[in-house]
Amino acid sequence: MRPTAVGTPVDRADARSKVTGTACYTVDVVLPDLAHAVVVQSTVPTGRIVRIDAAAAERAPGVLGVLSHANTPSLAEVPTFPQGPAGQRRPPLQDDTVNFDGEHLAVVVADTLHHAAQAAALIDVAYDREEAVTTLEAGDELPPSGIFGEAPDSVRGDPEAALARAEVRLDATYTTPTEHHHPLEPGATVAAWDGGRLTLYDSTQWVSGVRDAVAMTLGMATDQVRVVSPFVGGAFGSKAMVWPHVVLAALAARHVGRPVKLVLSRAQMFTSLGYRSPTVQRLSLGARQDGTLTAIVHAVTQQTSVFEEFVAGAGYISRSLYACPNVAVRHRLVRVNAPTPTVMRAPGEAVGSFALESALDELAAQSGVDPVALRLRNFAEDEPQEGLAWSSNALRECYQVGAERFGWERRTTEPRSMREGRHLVGWGMASATYGVHSEAAAARVRICADGRILVTSGTQDLGTGTYTTMVQVAADALGVPVERVTAALGDTDLPPAPHSGGSQTAASVGPAVWSAALDACSKVLALAEQGDSYAEILTRHGIEFVEGRGDARPGASASRFAMRSFGAHFAEVQVDPELGEVRLTRFCGVFGAGRILNPKTARSQMIGGIVGGTGMALTERTVTDRRLGRVVSPNLSGYAVPTHADIPWIDVCFIDEHDPHVNALGVKGIGEVAIVGVAAAIANAVHHATGRRIRDLPITPQTLL
Amino acid sequence: MTGNHPLAAESETYELSVNGRREQVKAAWLGESLLAVLRERLGLPGAKNACEQGECGSCSVFVDGVLVCSCCVLAADAVDAEVTTVEGLADGDALTDVQQSFLDAGAVQCGFCTPGLVVAVHDLLDRNPDPGDLEVREAISGNLCRCTGYGRILAAVEAVRDQRGRRSRP
Amino acid sequence: MAPLEYLRPSDEGAAIALAEADGRACLLAGGTDVVGLLKDGVLAPSRLVDINALPIAGVEIRDGGLSIGALTRLSDVADHPAVRGRFPALAHAVLAAASPQLRNMATVGGSLLQRTRCGYFRDPVTPCNKRAPGTGCSAIDGEHRLHAILGGSDRCIAVHPSDPAVALLALDAVVRTRGSRKERAIPVDDLYLLPGSTPERETLLEHGELIVAVELPATSFAARSCYLKVRERASFEFALVSAAVALDVRGGVIRTARVALGGVAPRPWRARAAEAVLRGSRMTEATIAAAASAAVRDARPREQNAFKVELVRRVLTRVLATAGAGG
Repeated sequence: MRPTAVGTPVDRADARSKVTGTACYTVDVVLPDLAHAVVVQSTVPTGRIVRIDAAAAERAPGVLGVLSHANTPSLAEVPTFPQGPAGQRRPPLQDDTVNFDGEHLAVVVADTLHHAAQAAALIDVAYDREEAVTTLEAGDELPPSGIFGEAPDSVRGDPEAALARAEVRLDATYTTPTEHHHPLEPGATVAAWDGGRLTLYDSTQWVSGVRDAVAMTLGMATDQVRVVSPFVGGAFGSKAMVWPHVVLAALAARHVGRPVKLVLSRAQMFTSLGYRSPTVQRLSLGARQDGTLTAIVHAVTQQTSVFEEFVAGAGYISRSLYACPNVAVRHRLVRVNAPTPTVMRAPGEAVGSFALESALDELAAQSGVDPVALRLRNFAEDEPQEGLAWSSNALRECYQVGAERFGWERRTTEPRSMREGRHLVGWGMASATYGVHSEAAAARVRICADGRILVTSGTQDLGTGTYTTMVQVAADALGVPVERVTAALGDTDLPPAPHSGGSQTAASVGPAVWSAALDACSKVLALAEQGDSYAEILTRHGIEFVEGRGDARPGASASRFAMRSFGAHFAEVQVDPELGEVRLTRFCGVFGAGRILNPKTARSQMIGGIVGGTGMALTERTVTDRRLGRVVSPNLSGYAVPTHADIPWIDVCFIDEHDPHVNALGVKGIGEVAIVGVAAAIANAVHHATGRRIRDLPITPQTLL
Repeated sequence: MTGNHPLAAESETYELSVNGRREQVKAAWLGESLLAVLRERLGLPGAKNACEQGECGSCSVFVDGVLVCSCCVLAADAVDAEVTTVEGLADGDALTDVQQSFLDAGAVQCGFCTPGLVVAVHDLLDRNPDPGDLEVREAISGNLCRCTGYGRILAAVEAVRDQRGRRSRP
Repeated sequence: MAPLEYLRPSDEGAAIALAEADGRACLLAGGTDVVGLLKDGVLAPSRLVDINALPIAGVEIRDGGLSIGALTRLSDVADHPAVRGRFPALAHAVLAAASPQLRNMATVGGSLLQRTRCGYFRDPVTPCNKRAPGTGCSAIDGEHRLHAILGGSDRCIAVHPSDPAVALLALDAVVRTRGSRKERAIPVDDLYLLPGSTPERETLLEHGELIVAVELPATSFAARSCYLKVRERASFEFALVSAAVALDVRGGVIRTARVALGGVAPRPWRARAAEAVLRGSRMTEATIAAAASAAVRDARPREQNAFKVELVRRVLTRVLATAGAGG
């Protein structure tokens, strides 16, 4: 079947409902007799609850009930899933301990949101406060037990000896701050019980993960829980796992005997859905005079909560991006009285690439080699850690095409050598890479006698375009126009699919849809000779519809090939040399990410990732008071994400890449690779503009004065 | 809604005019935000609550033709005014040119900021039919978007600008 | 928490009476600041007096100057041709403030009374002498990167966040107020109190006293005025440092100068020492440098906000050069 929909810029299937305001997100769900829950959080970073007085709240107008550790049943710990740890495994409201500021301590349920909020303010908590560790610097470093099944430390070759012998050496420490995802839609759950059955409407990246975790926590059979999530107002990792407020919504609904809606406030978003851990990264490079890498040592310190472990593999990028015989990677954790961190867009690579790609730029300057030439010199012909061949690797084309589109050859070598009026101009670049992931997924395709085709899967669309790509894949498999196909997703009653994270949705669900469509097609064709339309055949046979099912799972290629997406970022900044203001003025990102199912949705997603990286580089940081262990200014003026005015025209280009090994569709995934390297490209451009090497994010006027 | 009468909490019934319809708000508290009334009492979820304090623009609506953040407007201050939300922009099932352009340009991802942005872009282009690139970016900087990276939104705005410009030329 | 009493009077006298009658009453105008403070529990008034129905909006040309009704929305201030033409610093400052939506809501009177963005002030859980007198200042030994280098005390180092207030200060604006017993004309320069030992008292206004108008006098320096704001984000963010300057330059000599700073002090800050350097001098690089240094001579920076001292110098250098070259 020749593709006519896949690879073309089909309009987003859900766009109409979104531009008219009719798309129903979890926060918009209304059920008969719906009550509202408001969460009360701790205001100290550690200690014991001496007293939690809910009497006044319980008497307040409209209040239906209050839950705290005093009246919450015992709950089971959420297990670690094979795909990684849950958001927070420790269930809420189980005892009188406080482990971080902003931990859920109580839930107030009332007939209206206004009443619930009023009553929540009346909950009076007294603490016996204890000494807290509130910063990464203040605690002891411990080795993590593992990172998504991998060893935290690894060594290949003899990096120390290679460093000692290196002609050029670099040793630098880079830091990144706590960052928050801040999807525009806050975390939200609506819970409704029907006897022993629970339905959860949840803003989530993983309906079946929520179902399994909540069932386990509440001691229910999995098939007694249904999770529905047709629209998710952004996520970026914050909704990839399962967080305690979801369970609280279910408990609250059971407690008051009514459906309950629980929406986190923006302030609560700072402590309730994880965050990107701050990092301290020490990077040592050894190289020959011509820039050929001989040693990389990448040591990363991050934080986790005092009660459980989460760590992103920030150093791993240093093992697989460049050919280098001697590489050591080390990860350490400090336990801090803070929430458990979690995955955030390109966990690991996003921050690890800031250190590695900044260091490469420093090496380029030190050895007098052009930054692009330096990277080409160190290009890895095979995957360097395992020695496997690449399933495909368009990194060299990314450099070349990006350099051409950006006009890189016109870059002058010396810092402070390019100007535009009073502004210093700087050009910087960086590489990007992210692993190809996929998991088992299932889909169903129904062909109806009236000509309509319905494709379904229990996957999610976070705004990434899953509805649209499901329609495109099914349409091509069946040889019908996309207008005939509709998609449904975000429901555990549909065939199971994995969590939408790690850029794996299209690579997992796409092949399942493809195979389901072929299955349905073959069932129709079994009824009659080719040449008639599906509808004609079904009508002739008096059949209302046929249904095909597709199951896809990662193939055996993973053991034979190394599979990654690659990219190259080119950034231009203008810096006001007196005032220190940095503005991004031009950006070009080029990606080799396998087959692009929909260039329209894909381009927008890449731009979004680049802007996420721009925020990392220039504006985003969560500030915590180190004595109080409490976030300062937990709102969207305290945490500045880029605005329209911060973002220039961004040129995005995909290398035409056909990878026969990754999966049936040749899809590698795009959501994460877009952000990897962006902050480094901008920091490198700032260095080129000013001669100042900024190793601590974000880069602000303060750092450049 | 003028005069000096103190309004006891929640005892009030008042009327709002939203998208051309008179809507009764019963047993409500006049100190509630317009956003809360639209979403919680009138069943109009188009305007979104994402920051609660005027920092994101997701709740943008028109009050008497003026673009505001409905989370910071008290419902009482909208009583004698005409409120227009994203639900009231289009005529029936047709999309406005701005809505259509968002769809065509691929300016939508998760869509949570989209209703507020669509309202803000209508405001911009109705007041200034020929904004330059910088003017557009500054004018919609009150609407935060975390998914799209703004690029396609800018393209959507410029497409409407150009299309309206062509139409109005003789 | 007692339910809030909400009132929406339609004339000034009633508004003042309602506010004065309740010591815990709070006035509400544009709502862009107060609504957030109410939601966060920073303000807990027993009575909310909504003054949006009062007939005190609009810009009038009066005695060669301007009278701007207190409820005039910031967007209407920036759009007014007389503001743009004759008081450019105010137009610049207004357009540098907030977002289009918020400028459509926020009022000129309200912007003078905007509350600090200090994260501790806005968090009812943390100690703060301004919000809860006597509880201590969390910022002094805590996070104070964005805090004051001038005019602070050992009780409070919060900064005033308003952009328009800085321009109004530089333009010799006068605030007209009404209370039940008197009407006053208070120069913006006299309106604000420094925190000293009572950071909870921010202005001269008495409880219930209403700003009815802001008057911009005709001066020799208003036309040659401008405003510059430095921030981390390109738009929709409060100032790290801002400055409004207004100059009367004749025959190459500065006759009169006004220099006001934002983002650096608990109030819009009048840099009189800089003005003194400028007055009577020729507009040279040396003059500008001397004025810029004079502005921060008394600065008392702390660990995290020391950068503001140098940033003020650079902002003033830039803005003085711009104003000096203009007109």
